[in-house]
Parts: sequence; C-alpha cells; structure tokens
Amino acid sequence: MILKICIQPDDFDTAIECARLTEGNKNVGALVTFTGLCRDDDGRLAALELEHYPGMAEAEIQAIAEQVQVRWPLDGLTVIHRIGNIKPGENIVLVVTASRHRRAAFEAAEFLMDFLKTNAPFWKKEHLADNSGAQSETGWVSANDADDDAIARWRTSKKT
Amino acid sequence: MKIIYFAWVRERTGRSQEEVDLPAGIETVAGLIGWLKTRGPEFEHAFENERFIRAALDQQMASNDTPLAGTSEVAFFPPMTGG
Repeated sequence: MILKICIQPDDFDTAIECARLTEGNKNVGALVTFTGLCRDDDGRLAALELEHYPGMAEAEIQAIAEQVQVRWPLDGLTVIHRIGNIKPGENIVLVVTASRHRRAAFEAAEFLMDFLKTNAPFWKKEHLADNSGAQSETGWVSANDADDDAIARWRTSKKT
Repeated sequence: MKIIYFAWVRERTGRSQEEVDLPAGIETVAGLIGWLKTRGPEFEHAFENERFIRAALDQQMASNDTPLAGTSEVAFFPPMTGG
C-alpha cells in the first residue's frame, strides 16, 4: 500500500500522481481521482485564501487515511491539499485511490473527501472580485450542514 | 501554555499565538474560554458565539469539558472548511 499525504502551496500534476500509484503494480484495476477546484461563482470571486493548522492538518488526514484502509482494500492512496492564495480555475485538493476493483476506489475517495472537509483543520477565506458583493463579515467561508450530513451517512452505511 | 488562533478567531483576537500563565482554577476548555473573554473586548468578540468555536488540545479535538491538565498547546478556530 502506497500512501502519500502532502500539504503544499504548489500545484500538483494529477497524471504524475496517478502514475506513482500504478507503476510496478499491475494488481491495480481501478484508479479514481477527485480534484477540488476553486470556482469563481459566476465571476464573484477573485481568489480563495487557504489557511491550515500545520501538524494537525497532516495528522487528521493521516487518521482518515487509516480509517479508509480499514474499510477498503487499497493498493494506493494519495492526498494533496494546497494552501495559500488560489485563483478561480486552479486546483485546491487531489485524492487518488488505487485498488483491484472499482467500488473500493470510488467509495474510499468519497469517504476521504467527506471526512477531510469536516475534520481536517483548513479554512477558506474569500477575496471578492469587487467589494460591493454580498460577503460575510470577514470573508471566511461558513461550514456547511450538508458536509456534516455527508459524514453521518457513512456511520449508518454498512462496511463493505 | 501556548494558545494558537486560526481564521476569524485569529483576526478577531488580533494575534496568531501567545504564551499565557493560566490562573488557578481554570481546568477545562470552557473555563479557559471564560477566562479569555475577560481579557478584553477583542476576546469577548472572538468568543461571543461559542457554538462556532472549535478547540484542540495538543492537536487533538476537544470538547468544552475536556480537562486542560498536561496540555502544552491549545488551539481555537472556527468549524473547518477545507477540501
């Protein structure tokens, strides 16, 4: 099992990350990638600023990755989360899962993203294209109830 | 004890981290928040809605009644919004 967890300001190359998980391992029959991008919400947003808690952010992703490996038989798992200033259209987060069969790879990637959003200490601040638009007091994005619902459903779903 | 603040908690308190000497009798996360709020309007403002404050003790998530004993680093921040 190859595991890579990385928090970095730099962009990532999805093709290179995929190749790392399949090179020399022909047991991999399924490779799933999820890429989270910065969207501009129809031109409203100029950039996102990503802040994290160094040390704890890596540890939380590591803890989620350990839960993933208990639930699904994976050959490889890569998580890269960017920090700093990110413009619309740019990458924020990458998850790659490699397994023998597709269901494990699909489900593991979704589980990892659901828990990362709720449990890993990252915060997004919006910088608007013009300052007249509707914005919360400080620009910090609020947590979403739908994200809590997303992790609750894994607690009730049966182990695969 | 080291206290670290993130996101809007950092902006409202006006500091990213500090060293504090805890007064006697402050034993839990809730106790620490209560004491911080007495340190000035910026802390009153940062912690005015405790529903939106999360705490970690030595990088482990904690709740209001978690004891502070043995902790060297406390962090306060809003609910996470990464991904």
